[in-house]
Amino acid sequence: MEKTIVDRSLLNSIDEIIERYNCDKHNLLTILQESQGLIPEHYIPEVVAKHIGIRLNMPISKVYDVITFFSALNDRPKGKHVIQLCKSSVCRLNKYQSLRDILERELLIKMGETTEDGSFTLEYSACFGACDVSPAFRIDDKVYGNLTEGKIIEIINDYRGISHG
Amino acid sequence: MDRTVSIISKNFKKYNIESIDEYLSLGGFKALEKAFDLGPKGIINELNASGLRGRGGAAYPTGKKWEQASRVPGHRKVIICNADEGEPATFKDRYLLQYDPYKVIEGMIIAAITFNANEGYIYIREEYKYLHDKFRRAIQLSKEKGFLGENILNNGFNFDITVFSGAGAYVCGESTALIESMEGKSGRPRLKLNRTSEKGLYQLPTLANNVETLAAVTSILYTGGEEYGKYGTPSSRGTKLISLCGNVNRPGAYEVPFGVTLREIVYDIGGGIKEGKALKFLQLGGASGAIVPPSLLDLKYCYEELGNKGIDIGSGAVLVADETNRVVDFLKSVQDFFLHESCGKCTPCREGNRQITKILNRFVTGEGSVEDLKTIERFSNVMKYASFCGLGKTAPTALLSAIEHFPIEFYQQIHRVRKTS
Ligand SMILES: Cc1cc2nc3c(=O)[nH]c(=O)nc-3n(C[C@H](O)[C@H](O)[C@H](O)COP(=O)(O)O)c2cc1C
Ligand code: SF4
Ligand code: FES
Repeated sequence: MEKTIVDRSLLNSIDEIIERYNCDKHNLLTILQESQGLIPEHYIPEVVAKHIGIRLNMPISKVYDVITFFSALNDRPKGKHVIQLCKSSVCRLNKYQSLRDILERELLIKMGETTEDGSFTLEYSACFGACDVSPAFRIDDKVYGNLTEGKIIEIINDYRGISHG
Repeated sequence: MDRTVSIISKNFKKYNIESIDEYLSLGGFKALEKAFDLGPKGIINELNASGLRGRGGAAYPTGKKWEQASRVPGHRKVIICNADEGEPATFKDRYLLQYDPYKVIEGMIIAAITFNANEGYIYIREEYKYLHDKFRRAIQLSKEKGFLGENILNNGFNFDITVFSGAGAYVCGESTALIESMEGKSGRPRLKLNRTSEKGLYQLPTLANNVETLAAVTSILYTGGEEYGKYGTPSSRGTKLISLCGNVNRPGAYEVPFGVTLREIVYDIGGGIKEGKALKFLQLGGASGAIVPPSLLDLKYCYEELGNKGIDIGSGAVLVADETNRVVDFLKSVQDFFLHESCGKCTPCREGNRQITKILNRFVTGEGSVEDLKTIERFSNVMKYASFCGLGKTAPTALLSAIEHFPIEFYQQIHRVRKTS
């Protein structure tokens, strides 16, 4: 995975977010989530974490306490699309392992890895409330359930189209 | 015979949520008009008459909770709708957000009238991000029609709602952890020196309720508390949204009157087990709930009958597992969840989950021992009684109930040393 190059224009956009939330440290979680949303590799680079800490007048350790606590915030870069496979109780009963095998085979990576071209990261997640269509995965914010092998391949190819297009 | 009912779920898939007019044509916001006529005391009377209990898991009577809260003084007060829904096997709140968001909004406004609050937040889990903007749109449309904002329906009452996104932490469903995370901190539960209704978000009086509770409030004011309370059993009145899932033919969120049997839920509503297999066990209330063996299938789904067997309704999840599943494998998925979600603030839960995971892994691979079995029971009981919050207290529920009902499954996984002489 490539790391994001933090330039002035990114920091300006982050400043806009911080100002929209009144430079108030109580809004840290929202500020971090929106800032991460600007970064294609879905993480908060250290420079950004430091910058936010300074602008909110709080120690960087507090910023990292929040980043590392929440699953939706990352301190390390990920692929362009993050595929999260649920392995909680319902998906366990509905054999999430069959989806895992297809995904690993199609993407040529193992769980926890990122494809060489940086398009996809494959990881496990806890239940995301799609148990009625289990086994399920989500790609970025979108949930896919009731899956067949053909459907999974189609979905991946669609994303490949997007990421190369 | 399928015993589902449509009161809270009446509008599911009946209208397009992009159109508030369609909601209005289904009787939408009539409950709100009634709420203004009734006033806080009248609303609380209706809730008491209905027998409604909180649907977030703790099942505290809502009328009583609101009555106590309404006595708290303060100029600035807050309503929170808890849409964190992180309990594995639970998705019924998602159906409400997805198919009837205005009913939830209406319930929040009714709560605000009762509590005399002018600020509202709905804390929706990050995993439901695809619903955040849809919900924001429903708020916007409600505002344009004068149901939110200033001087609501010309009653001189102001109330507004903001969507707050969770960030992927199950423990944040616990009210004080939820509030911590809304204040820009990591979501670890707070020591409760005061009730949340006295000192909650930013130390302001805060009334927090589950999505389904608030939707039920709207339905109760619409149909009348007495009328709603006619459903169910004498001590578990009304109806409940259940999340039916697992190895079952028709998974989904369904509304049932309290008092249907577990058998009716699995076989009539759920259409039985997939591929005609036999039932191995149920888990009720999500990952934090008890394992229920087939011998208890004729129990009525209600607080007292399940409670007598040490089973909680919890979030209303009904997870079905077929005969091909080994209990210890299933428990491992439950245990992995709690190990991941423990916030680490207190020792019983942090260390207990870690040690139990290690030992349980030995049972999965057939290397358990009799000592191990005693140890996990002992650790589980320590967690149950000494953990700081509900997460650690309920994390070993599945394990303890499984040891009670399926001891054989553990003994089969005990490593046998072959005698050589
Ligand atoms: C670990 C943990 C997670 C919880 N998650 C939720 C949740 O996702 N949604 C919810 O409404 N309540 C959840 N609760 C229960 C809340 O703390 C609280 O009791 C409830 O929201 C109160 O609302 P009610 O009276 O309407 O049920 C959770 C509790 C604990 C201990
Ligand atoms: S019981 Fe678990 S989740 Fe709750 S405070 Fe203790 S460590 Fe955190
Ligand atoms: S258990 Fe997998 S989505 Fe709920």
